[in-house]
Formats: sequence, structure tokens, C-alpha cells
Amino acid sequence: MAKKSIGPVRREFVPWENSDHPPFIEFRNVTKKFGEFVAVRNLSLKIYEKEFFALLGGSGCGKTTLMRMLAGFETPTSGQIFLDGQDLAGIPPYRRPSNMMFQSYALFPHMNVEKNIAFGLKQDSMPAQDIEARVSEMLRLTKLEQFAQRKPHQLSGGQRQRVALARSLAKRPKVLLLDEPLGALDRKLREETQFELMNLQEELEMTFLIVTHDQEEAMTVADRIAVMDKGELVQVATPAEIYEAPNSKFVADFIGDVNLIEAKVTEKSDAGTRLVSVVDGFVIDSEQETEAGLGETVWYAIRPEKVRIAQGRREEGQVNQIDGLVWDIAYLGDVSCIHSKVGEDDHDTIRATFANISRMVENPITWDDEVVLSFDRDAGVILKG
Amino acid sequence: MTRGPTWFNITSLVLGFSFLYLPIVLLVIYSFNESRLVTVWGGFSTKWYASLLQNEQLLDAAWVTLRVAFASATIATVLGTLAALILVRSGRFMGRSLFSGMIFAPLVMPEVILGLSLLLLFVAMGTARGFWTVMLAHTTFAMCYVAVVVQSRLVGFDKSVEEAAEDLGCPPVKTFFLITLPIILPGVIAGWMLAFTLSLDDLVIASFTTGPGATTLPMKIYSQVRLGVTPEINAVCTILVGLVTIGVIAASLVTKRQQVQRERDERAAFGADG
Amino acid sequence: MSEQTATPAKRTIGGKLLIAMPYLWLLVFFLAPFLIVFKISLSQIAVSIPPYSPAIDLAEGWQGLVEAFREFSFENYIWLTEDALYWKSYVSSVVIAAISTLFTLLIGYPIAYGMARSPQAWRPTLLMLVILPFWTSFLIRVYAWIGILKNEGLLNQFLMMLGLIDEPLVILNTNIAVYIGIVYSYLPFLVLPLYASLERLDGSLLEAAEDLGCPPWKAFWKITVPLSLPGVIAGCFLVFIPAVGEFVIPDLLGGSNTLMIGKTLWVEFFNNRDWPVSSAVAVILLMILVIPIVLFQNQQQKMSEKEG
Repeated sequence: MAKKSIGPVRREFVPWENSDHPPFIEFRNVTKKFGEFVAVRNLSLKIYEKEFFALLGGSGCGKTTLMRMLAGFETPTSGQIFLDGQDLAGIPPYRRPSNMMFQSYALFPHMNVEKNIAFGLKQDSMPAQDIEARVSEMLRLTKLEQFAQRKPHQLSGGQRQRVALARSLAKRPKVLLLDEPLGALDRKLREETQFELMNLQEELEMTFLIVTHDQEEAMTVADRIAVMDKGELVQVATPAEIYEAPNSKFVADFIGDVNLIEAKVTEKSDAGTRLVSVVDGFVIDSEQETEAGLGETVWYAIRPEKVRIAQGRREEGQVNQIDGLVWDIAYLGDVSCIHSKVGEDDHDTIRATFANISRMVENPITWDDEVVLSFDRDAGVILKG
Repeated sequence: MTRGPTWFNITSLVLGFSFLYLPIVLLVIYSFNESRLVTVWGGFSTKWYASLLQNEQLLDAAWVTLRVAFASATIATVLGTLAALILVRSGRFMGRSLFSGMIFAPLVMPEVILGLSLLLLFVAMGTARGFWTVMLAHTTFAMCYVAVVVQSRLVGFDKSVEEAAEDLGCPPVKTFFLITLPIILPGVIAGWMLAFTLSLDDLVIASFTTGPGATTLPMKIYSQVRLGVTPEINAVCTILVGLVTIGVIAASLVTKRQQVQRERDERAAFGADG
Repeated sequence: MSEQTATPAKRTIGGKLLIAMPYLWLLVFFLAPFLIVFKISLSQIAVSIPPYSPAIDLAEGWQGLVEAFREFSFENYIWLTEDALYWKSYVSSVVIAAISTLFTLLIGYPIAYGMARSPQAWRPTLLMLVILPFWTSFLIRVYAWIGILKNEGLLNQFLMMLGLIDEPLVILNTNIAVYIGIVYSYLPFLVLPLYASLERLDGSLLEAAEDLGCPPWKAFWKITVPLSLPGVIAGCFLVFIPAVGEFVIPDLLGGSNTLMIGKTLWVEFFNNRDWPVSSAVAVILLMILVIPIVLFQNQQQKMSEKEG
């Protein structure tokens, strides 16, 4: 089957598809235990030079521990970490060629902006005029020129965030580590800053590793995302692949909104797979092949925006059509989300969203309407339980 | 709680603070009494202050006390700051509860016990008693106070600031001096001042651990007080109270001004986003 | 590069020593002295320097140590039970400390309450006014009361001037003077933790109580008092524990029949030069205070855990 491209292509940068390409950062069978608690479990991961890589997961999934091991603040219980071919074991944080931007920003409260940015350079005994030049370059890059003499408490949240960024970039580290860098900013500023980060990364041609729990943030900025759960990698892929082709129920559920339909495999062929829903018994026809055997129970994951909704009943014998009863309507401004009941139980609902493209709506679908939900053969993904 | 003060509240505050301050105020007033009889007002005079300056013994004792206080406060500040770092940072280690017990117990331990036990230690070690033994004794109990003061400052300390310094290439010891110490400095200074006044104040521990030639001011005052109240002692006390009051008020004014400035800055910076 | 166990706060041997310094210091100057006190409390008084025997002579090595242990006896402790002076001192110390703590609470609570209810702008000043006496010499503050309380003192002059009394009241050198001295000296220790817990109290709780039909005086007993209890307990411990072993106050303000164990120990040591007996007195005092000290530390721990 010819491979379709998933999602928009940002740029021609896909080193991970070439197995000969040497990784820039490599975690090899890394495990980290805190007492009995296993924070990271036998994890291997390759990150490439100039990549913007995101570690995504809920709190306690081990993403921050993984990053802190790279920075040197935690030592792996077992396994190795390589950066640019060098084994990092035994190298203290202050001799590692990586720099980190902290979640709390960790600005030095007793130093002004300029001194904060110059701090790392001074540790390398850089000549004074070089430091000055680099600091003013960083100030310009982060638009902080007029705040150079201010102390951290005299800055707003957004300005502090930029100081922290400038400080961690000043040494031109081989890799910049960003620990929830935008968590403390309000939504609007966060979105703006995400694009600034991407532009900076491209301009400086550096490798960025970001830790975040915010899926939108990860999808916006990253070339690739690693979704983590309970100390393990669940899926490592581009944002579009993660969204459109999740490899597990966990990822499908964690990223974005999804309908998960429990179904049994009834037919397998070269042309795809047929499933019958456990609830209501409607037939799903998918172009995807599955490893699951006949009769096995699987999950069919379909995003709400890929479900069409119309008034009426399904045509006899048609596949990928479901009869429903409108149960709830959520008007969100840009989109509306309709919850339709497809089974006896109140929880057996399928969500369909559509963009509100016109301001005035004629004869809208409303509560208790009989509707038919339909979708294409390639709209969803079959996932093993 | 933000409710207006009632008459009951104001009355209890006025009475309470009168109780706290009246004795000291009376003591100060009577230090300017012309009469030798402390309780009979014989007119205003500063002659007792003048006679203080003639009292060599008292001046000697004051000099000893200042030296002891300065040395013990300084050592106690170093040790107490380290102790606070251990308490806050070290997590679990062998004998941790013993250590924190040894830090907190001297705060409430009767001074007679501390004094006696230290004296017996010095005797057992065969140390000649005098300036050094008093200094060591004061260092020991003052460091516990310093540890508590510095600890309260360290608890609110964002550890990632230190990590950031190390991440930027600064080794741990240098990080302590460049980053940690400047940030906790107000606590360290407060600890030093507390240690200094505690040493200046102490009668009981000094009495136990002192030796010939190292009579401190409180010991001198005590022996004179036992003979009766004299205007001269009132004058010494007034000077001590005055110095401490000026020091504490100045320190708190400086802190307050910094705080006000800081709040103003923060308010100005707030809302610069968006 | 084989240091697999390297922790972020990597410590060299020098660094470890530096960190061990306060620990070692306290072991040598705080814990070891107690062991010595305990040891000497088992010795006998002797006309020698130091004035007790056996003195452990480390030069004699292990043999000397064993010899010394053989001579230890509990005679001093038996002596403490036989002479009524000692156990009366203990009992009276605890009683005086408890009564004084109660009075301190009765005087301190309205002050702390008034401070917590005062306008926000006053509070830093009021707080400093409470802390200031704490910084001024303890000895001076006790001394100041002598001039006030004695027979021809200012209080009696004042009362006679008002015509309230004809004869001067005898206050100095009685237990009343000791109560006054303890209350006065330790008042800040009680007011500070109490104020802290009262200030933290959410005013809307009282409004909620009143909204639900509870009159203000009842709201005070049902809401304010129970919620300020941690502060009350902390403050009372801070007054009671050191007051039990107080020496300066009973010595300067109390009379010859004011029995307090701190004073008894002092007299035993400086006047009678009986080091073994005063050591035994200290050991028993410590044993009496261990319970409140441990209770106090537990309570502090609980409070800091709640905040954290």
C-alpha cells in the first residue's frame, strides 16, 4: 500500500528516517529508581542534531527525570547517556555542554538581567569584551535591551521568561533543555512565545529538548514528540503521526479528543478490516490492516472532527454509518460538539464536531433529534486493547 | 483577620505594651536621677554616666563582653548556617534526628544545665577557663539560634536557582558563595545579630564557664545588683538598652524600606505583558 | 568517569568535613558534656581539684576506666530523695512555672488578639514592639522590677500616693515577684506564636459563623479559640520549659523561701561546691523536662508539616 503523507510537512528534515544517521543525544537502556519508585524504566531514545524534540506526558511520567539526567542533576540507576558521542556518566552538571531553562526560571534574584545572562559566560572565563558582545546579542535577540539593568523582581512574568531563555542560550550549549518553559505564562503570551521559540531554534540552528504536559505546546513547537507514561516511551513520532496514527489507546486518548469504540474483528482482507461494534452492532469498514485475529476485541479510535452528522436514519446495509439520538450539544464558538447516544447506556455516546463557518444557522440539529453519524474508510485507527 | 479594632482590643494593647515597656522606661528615667537613692527623684543629672567612665572594672568587663560576643557570634553564624543547610538540604542521613534534636534542645534547655555541663567538659579536658571557654560556650548555644533563623530563610529557597548556576558551569562551592549566600544573607545577618545579643546578655552560662580575668558585663551587673540597686547600674542598663533599641529599629527600618521598594517595583512590572 | 554513584551535590572529602563540622561541634560541646554530667553525678565529693572522685584519668587507660566505674554509686540520687529541699524545689519549680505560664497566657492572649485584629498598617510596628524587649537584656529587664517592687519602690510609692494603701505591700522577695518576673520576661515568647496563628485565621470564618446565626462572643469561643490552639500550646511550652529551670528571676526577685531548682543547683555548685550533687540535680531536672521538650518538638513538627 502506498504510504500517504500524514499532516503538513514543515520542512525537509527527517534524520530519524535514516537509520545510519548518527544520533546527537542517545539514552541507552536508562533506568532511574528513587527508592522503590521507578521513574524511568529501561528507556532508549535517539535525538538528532538541530531537532526540536518534545517529551510529553502527565505529571509523574518520568519526563522531567529524563531531562534532569541529561543535565546531570540526577544519575541513572543503570544505562548510559551520550551527548555528541560522549558518555556523560560521572560528568557533573557544571561541566556538561547542555544548558537548561528552568520551570521556575530560577533567575538569580540578586543580579540584574545583564549579570544573569553573563553568569554562565563568566564561568568559562570568557574575555570581558566577548562577554559584553554576547550579552548584548542575547538582549537584542530576546528584546530585553531596555531592561538590562533591572533585577528579576522588577520584571513581568513574560520578561522573566525571556531572561531565563537568554541566560540558557548565552553559552551556545550543544543542547538547550526547556523544562515546562511556558507553564507560568497566560494562554495568549504562551502561544506567541511558542512561535518565538521555534524561530530562535531555527535561527541559532541548535538542538532543543522541551519537557511539557501541554499537548498543544508540544505539537506546535516540536519536530518529534515522545509520549511518556509510567517511565516508558509509548510513542515517538511527528506531531501529525501522533495525532492521526496513535499506536495505542493511551496515546489516542491522551492527545486530543477521541471516540473509542469497542468492536470485534469480523473480516480481514488485503483491502482492510471489518469490525462490528459491541454496542448497537453497527459495522465499521476500515482500510487499515490489523494484527488482531478474527473475533478478537479491538478499539476503533476516531477523532470527533472526522465524524459527519446529519438528520435522518442510516441507509439499510451501509457501513460506517451509525444511528444516534442527540443527547448534548456543546457550543464552543469556533466549533460545536454534538454528543449522540448510540446505545442504551448514557455513556455510549459518540462525539462529532464541526466548524461553525457561518454566523446564522438554519434548521440546526437540536436535542432529541434522530441523526446519522458517518465517516470515511480511512478516518479512524484500529488499536489493540 | 481584617476587622476593626474594638475598644477592648485597644485597651488590651495599651495595657499590654505599658506592662512591657514601663519598667524599662522607669529604669531609663531613674538613670538620670541626681539622688543616690534610686527611688527618690532628686533632680536631673548625668553624673552617673560620668562616673561610669571612671569605673575601670565595669569598662574592662564591657570590653571582655564585646570581644566574646563578637567572636562567638561570628563562629556561631558560620556553624549555624552550615547546620541549617544540613537540616534543610541533606535529606535523610545517619543520626539526623539526633542532629536536629541537638539543634533544638538548647533553645529551651535551662541555662543552668548548659552552663554546668559545659564547665564539667572544660574541667575534664583540663582547659584553663577564661575568655576562650566562655566564647566556646556561647558559640555552642548561639549557633542553634542561628541555625533556626537561617533555616526559616532556607525553607522558602528555590533550589533550582542553585541548579541553574551549576548548569551554567559554576562548581558547587563557588555556587554557594555566588548564589546561595547572597540570597540567604538577610537571614545570616539576623542570625549574627541574635547571636551577638544573646552572648551580650548571658549571665548564667558565662558564670559557670568563666575563669579569672574574664568577668563579663552581665556578671558584673549581677554582682552589683545583689548588693542593691544603684543609679550607676541604671546608667549601664540604659546604655545597653539604647544601643540594642537603635540597632533593632535601624535594622527593621532598612528591611521595611527594601520591602516597600520591592513591592512598588513588582507592582510596576506587573502587567507589562500583553 | 566511572563514578556511577555521583549525586548532583557531589562532595569531596573536604566538603564532607565542612558539613560535618556543626555536627561534630554539637557532639563535643553539647552531647558529650551531658554524658560527663551524668558520669559525675555518680561520683563522690572530694577535697581535690576537680572536687570529685573518681576522676576518670584517661592516662590509666581501660583499667582506669573500669576502676572508676566500680566506684560509681547512686548515692547522690538517694541523697536527693532523702533531703526534702531537693524534691520540694522540683515540685515548687514546676508549680511556679505552671502558674506563671497560666498568667502569661491570660495576659498574652488579649495582646496577641488585639494585634491580630488591629489594622494591617499597625501590625509590623506592633510586632516589633513585642520583639524589641526580647532583644534587650534579660538581666536588665528583671533588674528593672526590683526598683518597682521593693518596699520603698515605685509601685508602693504610687499606691500610697493614691491613698489606696497605708503600709507598703511586701512584694519583692516573695513568690508573687517571681510570677511577675516570669510573666514579664517570657511574655514575648507566648505572644509571638499566638499572634502568628491568630493572624493566619481567615476572617471569613467568623463572618460565616455569624451568617449562620452565631453571635460574636460565641463565635470567638467556637471558632477563634480552637483554631488558635496550636499557637497557645507552642507559646505555653516556650514559657513553661525554660521557666522550670529559671535561675535569675527567683534569685533576684524571689525570697529566701522561694524554692526553684535552678537556684538550688546554683547554690549547690557555687556555694557548697558539691559538683556531684549538682550534677545529679541537673540530670533529674533534665529528665523532668525531657517529656515537655519532646512533646514540644513533636508539635512543632506537626505544625511545619501542615504548612508544607
